[in-house]
Amino acid sequence: MALMLDVSYNELRQRRESNSVQHGHEPRVVKQGRAITQGGEKVKHQKLKWVMLIFALGAVIMLGACKKKVAPPPPPPPPPPAAPTATLSANPDTVQKGQATTLTWETSNATDVSIDAIGAVQASGSQQVTPADSTTYRLTAKGPGGTQSATARVTVSQPPPPPPPQPSLSEEQMFAQSVKDIYFDYDKYDIRADQQAALQGDADFLKQHATIRIVIEGHCDERGSTEYNLALGDNRGSAVRNALVQSGVSTDRIKTISYGKEKPFCSDHTEECWQQNRRGHFVYQK
Amino acid sequence: MSVERGWHSKLCLFRFLLLVLLVGLFLIGATSAQDWIRTGTGLGVQKIRLAVPDFKAANQDPKNADLLKTFNETLWNDLDNAGIFELVSKSFMPTDAPGNPQDVKFDAWASPPPNASMLVFGNLGVTGNNVSVLGWLYDVKNPSSPQVLGKQYTDQATADAVRTIAHKFADEIIFRLGGGIAGIAESKVFFVSARSGSKEIWGMDYDAANQHQVTHQGTISLSPRISPDGSRLTFSSLTKTSWEILMYSMDLNRLVSFPKFGGTNLSPAWSPDGSKLAFSSSRGGDSDIYVGDASGASRSLKQLTDSRGPDVSPVFNPKTGSQIAWVSGRTGLPQIYTMEADGTDVQRLTDQGYAVSPAWSPNGQFLVFSWIRHYGPGAPGAQDIYIMDIASKQWVQLTHDGGRNDFPSWSPDGRHIVFQSSRSGSEQIWTMLADGTNQKQLTNGGSNTQPNWSWK
Repeated sequence: MALMLDVSYNELRQRRESNSVQHGHEPRVVKQGRAITQGGEKVKHQKLKWVMLIFALGAVIMLGACKKKVAPPPPPPPPPPAAPTATLSANPDTVQKGQATTLTWETSNATDVSIDAIGAVQASGSQQVTPADSTTYRLTAKGPGGTQSATARVTVSQPPPPPPPQPSLSEEQMFAQSVKDIYFDYDKYDIRADQQAALQGDADFLKQHATIRIVIEGHCDERGSTEYNLALGDNRGSAVRNALVQSGVSTDRIKTISYGKEKPFCSDHTEECWQQNRRGHFVYQK
Repeated sequence: MSVERGWHSKLCLFRFLLLVLLVGLFLIGATSAQDWIRTGTGLGVQKIRLAVPDFKAANQDPKNADLLKTFNETLWNDLDNAGIFELVSKSFMPTDAPGNPQDVKFDAWASPPPNASMLVFGNLGVTGNNVSVLGWLYDVKNPSSPQVLGKQYTDQATADAVRTIAHKFADEIIFRLGGGIAGIAESKVFFVSARSGSKEIWGMDYDAANQHQVTHQGTISLSPRISPDGSRLTFSSLTKTSWEILMYSMDLNRLVSFPKFGGTNLSPAWSPDGSKLAFSSSRGGDSDIYVGDASGASRSLKQLTDSRGPDVSPVFNPKTGSQIAWVSGRTGLPQIYTMEADGTDVQRLTDQGYAVSPAWSPNGQFLVFSWIRHYGPGAPGAQDIYIMDIASKQWVQLTHDGGRNDFPSWSPDGRHIVFQSSRSGSEQIWTMLADGTNQKQLTNGGSNTQPNWSWK
């Protein structure tokens, strides 16, 4: 936004210097300035003359105080050649380091258009740029009528502070998000058909993150006997480990341990709860 | 005509014989359901009617009263628990109980209402720091030569010492009147309790007195098994890396070294000579039964089973040491199997449901185990203790009172079974006679599981 205002200000200044108001849409300030002077010429009535004069003077003073850059009344334009015009904008004008922004430019009456850091470009167009640091791009348009330039500033912000701790944290976090526990049928330790996708996902993740070591905990529901459930939990842990190894995960990255029914995830006496407790649970190992 | 009548009478005779046969079969079936539990230990035979009046104070020492109370309660409880006596109700007893042989009025005890066959009596007296107990067992139906037992005990005047004296005297009586089988009043029960915050191994007297924590591992310790001579306790414990078999010396009161086998190692069991341990290990990738030296010499380790699925909870035949019963999931739900101690001659004993936790009777004839006969989703079958005659594979259900009943273990006299039950609302340790009668809760509070009765 600030950039756009900056550009329109440049435009305005150019128009004043060249005494031309014919190009593009007219800035509102110029219109008002003209209306005021017209008003001053039209007043002929004696009774109103002073009132109008005071009003007009007051308006001129007020507007003059606000807008010092108000163009003086345009004198008749000099003969051609027409001066070149140029606009340049960047969208977005603020990016994070590594992100791209799009430069868009428009020129007229120019024969030779170039942007610093890019080189010669078409008369109008757009291009993606990825500045490493905050950069002010300068568009130069040369034509028979002179030289015109426009600038656009792209502010590059540094990424937020987290990056340093992120790599180690995110591996464990990704592990927690990506690796799914494997659930078993009651008194069974073979991998259920509906768990194959989860297991494949686990294997893929572990192959992509080859430094992660894991413990697979075998758990059972509260039914059944302590000793048998510990052996069954051992079978469940081994079943998950063997499936991972078959999918290409190195066996020395995997430990198994059985908890039988000693460490349930859920303590209600319902099938929903029992299903929660019949699982091979993945634990990230530091 | 006569031919027809003859044929008719033959048909009638045949029908009659068939009826007799059917009724006979029915009666045999009806009675054999309970009758065949003859554990060879005096259970189920006519019980001896025994009168046990309170012992008397031998002198005026003020400490007598408390110690007498402890002694009388312990002795009564031991004899009542023995399973071979019918104790005469105290309300049927003559008011003047004898403290010495000369005070015994034979007629008053031998005739109704007490109608006792045997009389236990005696006295207790504190002198200084010592207590002295004199006790007799009299055959009151034989006034000419009544004395069966006369014993004197002296020890420190403490409640613990007096309780031990009562146990010793009770065991003498049970030995004399119970067919020469030693009593169990001095036996111990080891179990798992979570009352310290983690599951640790605890010990107690057979009557739940003196409950005390044995291990302090701070993780999860399970499946305590006391050695036949009572000097070592082995159990399974979650170490930093896996479940391992640990060995605790009862003499040194600390853990002693025992090899780590790797994998999940569970449910150790002693051979009756104390030289070997059988246990479940997944060191080979799948849980199987292994047997090795109890000394821990790992070269001796031998794998007995090699089947897919859990194999766990082995127990040696305590009579012969040559057979092992265990639990296998090789066909799906766990079932009880037996094999020779070298792994040959595998026999399946249970035919359905979910059968776990076998325990072999001291005489080698029976297995008790925990069985959910109808098991599966939507079939919330009860988990009860069953006894099976190994030779015939006949079984009888021993518990019927709800809850999950598991981990039975035999008393050294073969007359009692200790087990865990959730029937009271939490997992607690209970005892019963081996025919399922006289079920009593031993522990209260917290969670107390996996009882293991000492071998003597």
